[in-house]
Amino acid sequence: MSEQETGKHSRLSLSGLSCTYNSVKAVDQLSMDIAPGEFISLLGPSGCGKTTTLRMIAGFIRPTGGTITMDGEVISSPAGSLPPEKRQMSMIFQSYAIWPNMTVAENVAFGLKLRHIDRATTRAKVEKMLDTVKLGALADRYPAELSGGQQQRVALARAMVIEPRVLLLDEPLSNLDANLREEMRFEIRRLHDVFHFTTVYVTHDQGEAMVTSDRIAVMNLGRLEQIDAPHALYTRPRTRFVAGFIGRTNLLEGRIAGERIAFDHFDLPRGVFPQEGLAASGAVVFSVRPHCISLHRDASASDQHIGVEARLVERAYLGEYWDYVVSPAGSDVRLKVAAAPSQVFEIGDTLWLKFDPQQMAPIEA
Amino acid sequence: MSVEQVRPVQGAALHRGRFGRLRRFEPASLIWILAAAALLFLVATPLVRLLISSLQATDSGAFTIGNYISAYGHVRNLEALGNSLLYALEVTLMSALMAVPIAWGVSRTDMPAKSLIRALILGAFITPPYLGAIGWILLAGPNAGWLNRAFMAITGSQHGFIDIYSFTVLSLVTALYAFPYIFVFTSDALDRVSSEMEEAANILGAGSFYTVFHITLPLVTPAILGGAIVVFLDTVALFGTPAIIALPARIRIMTLQIWQYFEFPVRAEVAAAYAIPLIAITLALFWIQRAILGRRSYVALTGKGGSRTLTPLGRWRWAILGYSLFVVSLAVILPYAALAKAAFSKAWGLGFTLANLTFTNFYTLLSEEGARRTIVHSFTYSAAAGCVAVALALLAAYVVNRKLMPGGNLLTLLCMAPLVIPGIVLGIGFYAAFAAPPVALYGTAAILVLGYSTRFLPIAYVNCAASLRSLNPEMEEAVRILGGTRLRAIARVIVPMLKKSLLGTWLLVFIPATRELSTAIFLVGAQTRVISVMMLDLSENGSFEILAALGFFLLGATILIVLIGYKVIGRDFMLRRS
Repeated sequence: MSEQETGKHSRLSLSGLSCTYNSVKAVDQLSMDIAPGEFISLLGPSGCGKTTTLRMIAGFIRPTGGTITMDGEVISSPAGSLPPEKRQMSMIFQSYAIWPNMTVAENVAFGLKLRHIDRATTRAKVEKMLDTVKLGALADRYPAELSGGQQQRVALARAMVIEPRVLLLDEPLSNLDANLREEMRFEIRRLHDVFHFTTVYVTHDQGEAMVTSDRIAVMNLGRLEQIDAPHALYTRPRTRFVAGFIGRTNLLEGRIAGERIAFDHFDLPRGVFPQEGLAASGAVVFSVRPHCISLHRDASASDQHIGVEARLVERAYLGEYWDYVVSPAGSDVRLKVAAAPSQVFEIGDTLWLKFDPQQMAPIEA
Repeated sequence: MSVEQVRPVQGAALHRGRFGRLRRFEPASLIWILAAAALLFLVATPLVRLLISSLQATDSGAFTIGNYISAYGHVRNLEALGNSLLYALEVTLMSALMAVPIAWGVSRTDMPAKSLIRALILGAFITPPYLGAIGWILLAGPNAGWLNRAFMAITGSQHGFIDIYSFTVLSLVTALYAFPYIFVFTSDALDRVSSEMEEAANILGAGSFYTVFHITLPLVTPAILGGAIVVFLDTVALFGTPAIIALPARIRIMTLQIWQYFEFPVRAEVAAAYAIPLIAITLALFWIQRAILGRRSYVALTGKGGSRTLTPLGRWRWAILGYSLFVVSLAVILPYAALAKAAFSKAWGLGFTLANLTFTNFYTLLSEEGARRTIVHSFTYSAAAGCVAVALALLAAYVVNRKLMPGGNLLTLLCMAPLVIPGIVLGIGFYAAFAAPPVALYGTAAILVLGYSTRFLPIAYVNCAASLRSLNPEMEEAVRILGGTRLRAIARVIVPMLKKSLLGTWLLVFIPATRELSTAIFLVGAQTRVISVMMLDLSENGSFEILAALGFFLLGATILIVLIGYKVIGRDFMLRRS
């Protein structure tokens, strides 16, 4: 499965996609383009519309607005929807949906049989795929005899062996225990690096999305909040929701006044911030990650302009780092700061808090 | 793909080209439509036909309410209606008295020999009521009955102490084969009551018996009532036992009156008019039952995690065991002993001598062409009915569950409707709708198979719907996303995965169908006689020996099938409440 197959990987476009159940907008005006061979995650809290979106792509749900296009052909629209069996996609379900009445090999061969592939080829493909997912030895077992992780691999093998135009995954790891989940994230990414299927992956776990995806689409209340590469999503969140959902953050509310940006009881020079995305005046909100703030005993002369005096109000030692909460002098703002285990401060200490303007992301107020 | 039908897109003519491929007509839809049509044909036609004929004059076919006047204008018909209701009430009360203590003993106490009692109750459950009634004729016939003879021999009395041909004994004998329903409902509910409920009362100072009457039984009252209503309905519609006991006793019972309208001169229209209120009664009671059970307030409250500890009864456990044994003896042990005596006797009234012992009855049964054919009919028709009912029920449940057609509730209604149609009424409806041309099925095997299928469709539907609900829809979606159609998903995944419960469902249709009498009596022809009808004829002729042999044959076959069912599907598949 090398060059000649990569041509089959499809481009998927969602355009103004909406789905309304009993006047509830499960998915609201969703648009995105997924490049051939790209791995996209739909990430969001439960009820954000990510599974509905996936099921519309699969053809199980007909949209009430907008279209889904695969390689230029409309496959879903309010006027009609190509049934799932005609889409040449495949899907991995939350429950795995491994058929218990068939052996591992029969499960994997099912899609190939439907495609009238001759037996010798089928057997060769099934064998090769089972080896790829490290299940070669279990081909004749029944699903009931497999562990959760092995069933998961069967589901992966069954979905990939047909070389789908689009591979869909619906929270595939949510039924596994924590260690296995960790392992399978990397496994899923590894398999994508082998086969390069166009992939849409639904999850509520940001760690999974970060490990597996080329780009992550963060959804909330049926709408797309932001779609970006994992790194960009973390360092440059564009909305409050994304900033709060991906990792921990501090939201700093301020107001641009001339050359200064005024916060609660302290201000910073406007010039030190990257100008991109920064309004000329008015209210502004920054997302500041806890490890992008540093704590010092004293202010050093060179960076006094990007620091502020603060008092330490809470602390917790978490082994890998210290979790401090500080308040700038005279302010009620509580800032979470992560510090190295060696940086030990006591509650009530007066400290010098230093910001890194490069790592402060302005978000939509 | 090119020949597939493309439905026009309304108001989107411009887009037709683009979306035409999307709005294809799924070929499988045709199957859903056919299944719905079959249901409509099987369930609605007989009912509508019945209603129409009840409003038609016998000769002219003109509209009239005369049939209702002749049906309800007679004092004897009104008396029969009253008797039927009284009969059903008595049977219900007696059944509850039998069932509730045993259910409590089995479910919540340390009574010994529970599995024996359960097995014997299952025995009562699978005994056709009319067979039990015949056993009781042998036991409690006014002079010749074994119980009466024993009584007279012991006391020297001139008369027996029990007369089968009396209203009370009729009710008692009916109750002996109806109480398992209440038992199943009650013990099922008792199994779910958390012991913590009882312990809460104990810790506040309530004694064991106070707790039983003030906490445990009130908690399961809705279940008891639910079972009682089933018994009541079953009894109102019962035909076999009254035909065997009430007819010679000259007790007027509604189902018998209906049947008599089919003797010469046949007055099917009056029978129809007389039968319609039976449906109304059933419907009303079912509605009440739903309302009672639907509240689910009591038992569900306990939620999960409630453990169940058995109440230690001390010496009293022997008392409750004694009572249980007494009831199952009356229901199973004594009648089968009497039947066994008859089956192996030249004449059942003669004593226990070697000279009277014979296997001729079984031999006659198996050697005589007509008898053999009758047995084969019963089993093949029932097997076919099981298949038809399961197939229809599965398709209907699938369509409803997956919301494939608008009006899914209507399909559910159609499948469940036979529940409120007494067997005898269904028989008349089938006769009226399908016996005559244009369908002209009279005297064919098909009409019996369809009749049985329709009669037991609700059992099949409830079970199919439950097992479909237990199946994760993703199992099927996985087939479709890999390129399989719905039909392939049904054939390759749903049916294989539900194999066991479908087989169980089939058995739950097959077993009652082998002994079904009230529907069959109107639908059998000269060439399609079945066991139940043959038994009724034998009883009318007084050929109790052959009848008893036939009864044992049926019983043996049933036990064999139930055992296979246990083996394949797991214990308790019959005594489960569904």
